[in-house]
Amino acid sequence: MRIRLSEFEPGQTAIVEEVALPEAEQKLLMRFGFFEGAEVRCLRRAPLGDPVVYSVDGSEVALRTETACRIFASPVDRKACEQTA
Amino acid sequence: MNQLLQTVSPSGPRSKQQIRTVALIGPPNSGKTTLFNRLTNLRQKVGNYSGITVEQHTGVMAVADQEITIVDLPGVYSLNPYSDDERVAVSVLNGNMDGVPRPEAVLLVLDATNLTRHLSLAAPVIAFGLPTLALLNMGDLLAKRSGSIDAVKLAGDLGIPVAIVSATMGTGLDAVGRFLERANSPIKTTLPIVQDVRECRKWAARIASESDYRPPLPPAWSRRLDDILLHKVWGPLVFMIVVGAVFQTVFGLGQPLSNALQELLTEMGQKAAPFITNGFLRSLFLDGIWKGVTSVLVFLPQILVLFLFIGLLEDSGYLARAALIADRTMSFVGLNGKAFIPLLSAYACAVPAIMASRTIENKRDRLATILIAPFMTCSARLPIYTLLIAAFIPERPVVGVFLGSRALAMLLLYVLGFVAAIGTAKMLKSSVLKSTPAPFVMELPEYRWPTLRSVGLRLMDRGRVFVQQAGTVILCVSLLVWGLTNLPLYHGHPPALENSAVAHLGHFIEPAIRPLGFNWNIGVGLLTSVVAREVIVGTLGTLYGRDPQTHSLSLQAALQHDLTFSGAMALLVFFAFAMQCTSTLAVVRRETNSWKWPLIQFVYMTSLAFVAAFIVNHTLSILN
Repeated sequence: MRIRLSEFEPGQTAIVEEVALPEAEQKLLMRFGFFEGAEVRCLRRAPLGDPVVYSVDGSEVALRTETACRIFASPVDRKACEQTA
Repeated sequence: MNQLLQTVSPSGPRSKQQIRTVALIGPPNSGKTTLFNRLTNLRQKVGNYSGITVEQHTGVMAVADQEITIVDLPGVYSLNPYSDDERVAVSVLNGNMDGVPRPEAVLLVLDATNLTRHLSLAAPVIAFGLPTLALLNMGDLLAKRSGSIDAVKLAGDLGIPVAIVSATMGTGLDAVGRFLERANSPIKTTLPIVQDVRECRKWAARIASESDYRPPLPPAWSRRLDDILLHKVWGPLVFMIVVGAVFQTVFGLGQPLSNALQELLTEMGQKAAPFITNGFLRSLFLDGIWKGVTSVLVFLPQILVLFLFIGLLEDSGYLARAALIADRTMSFVGLNGKAFIPLLSAYACAVPAIMASRTIENKRDRLATILIAPFMTCSARLPIYTLLIAAFIPERPVVGVFLGSRALAMLLLYVLGFVAAIGTAKMLKSSVLKSTPAPFVMELPEYRWPTLRSVGLRLMDRGRVFVQQAGTVILCVSLLVWGLTNLPLYHGHPPALENSAVAHLGHFIEPAIRPLGFNWNIGVGLLTSVVAREVIVGTLGTLYGRDPQTHSLSLQAALQHDLTFSGAMALLVFFAFAMQCTSTLAVVRRETNSWKWPLIQFVYMTSLAFVAAFIVNHTLSILN
């Protein structure tokens, strides 16, 4: 099941399946760890709802929704046991 | 935490050459700058690489009685020349950068807590074939958060020596000296195709797992702190308090300090002046050189106060959170959250604001921020605003006792500047500075206690850059204006202001400014205030033969006599828009590393001021 990364809720984990962005932007995102096969966890939303902070590759990276909605990912069933602690 | 691994050196070919220059390279947020400061112990120089906006930091470090030059390369994630930063790094490593000797060795700084990601940079760096030492920085944090790495295995895989260090604590750094004493070229290992980011990424992940890399646990207390600082309610509240504190301090502490310094320097100049007997030379010293020096130095308190705050915010990790909170709002004008603090600072003074725009990585966003910052109502506009409002706007209650007509006028001028800034930003971002839709990606670093050393270094660095580089331009313009006000000589004496070259210029430009409702007196004021906006009040005082300090009322009366109401309003609007500030222009030149942008900015703002003043003058004349 492919869902846009922007649709994940804080606390959910996903595996990136596709970064549907132009090559240059893909490369930029890749430097921060967003690439096919990477495990990404949605951590929290900024107070005004956008951008959203993701935990990826051991660091915390914020993406705007306009970018996150172009990244497709499949959810990992690792539920509420890991809350945004 | 002090493991230098020379295990890989025996089979490597010995480099014969003496090492004189070494390059320091690493991704952003790898603690590279802290390390650079540690290694060089303040013995640094800051400049610009020729032709681009990238700052060049070089320092000197002593290794076994030898002085070795360290070139601190800009923070890069890869060596594919996409950005200026990457191009600079590649050129320096290739030895193609003017004025920088080719480095004979490389120090590669990687964040040990982020190793899987940061290792991608190792491949292209090692591929250069220069003797390289990998420094796994923040080794203390890695251990503290239960992560680990087998440095011996990593060194074997990379073919270069590896040391675990902590730049903040200063541990493990003796490895650098030992490496530089007998640096060896890397041993041949299989590297990925270094141009392929994806390949490098995969390679990095493989190397990390082969060297038993155990990433650290999530930073628990950082996340707990974020639960509050990025909370829906508390987050914005703390943000406002922090922003208020910054604004209040820059304005409330920086401004009085600047004023006090101004008084002190003026007094010093006047104390020294009697020692110069020749009247002409005394005037050159006092009104030309010393006034120039003063006008440079009075900016220092504000710059230092602002950078103290920015240093604390950035080093603690809060600046990234503030940018995250402000991002949504800033995106409406096409900018991102990182532009918020610089733009806010511009309400006090555009100079430190423009220098602070350095925290914005996206070059176009940074340029847009630099170009709109001078529209914000800075404190230098207040003297002329206050004078004209007092002279031309009668005090009447507008909203009961809460808002009078004068306060309303002042408020409108603030709004006017803000609207001009926003409008310009929108215009720039939808045309010349339209970003290649580079997505806004921002790393949120772990919270850390800022260190006195690193904040202090930043203050010294910024202060020095401003005084050295902007100072020269300001001094030149100040001397030029002095020359124009004191020439031509009549019987060996400087002329009265109304007979000076600047007055002739004032008369000369009068036809151009007459449609705005200004006479030649105002013209002279506009010309002299190119040094700084507040200068116009003093000039007008001299021209009308009245001391603005003691005869404010009579200066107001003189202005009422010379200016119509519509002309006065036009003058206010002119000052809201015009780029009457050499310091700002000098800093923009310094930050963009060319005269192109300050020139464009000057022409744009002055034309806008001209057109707006024209419209205001004519509309109000018709209405009256």
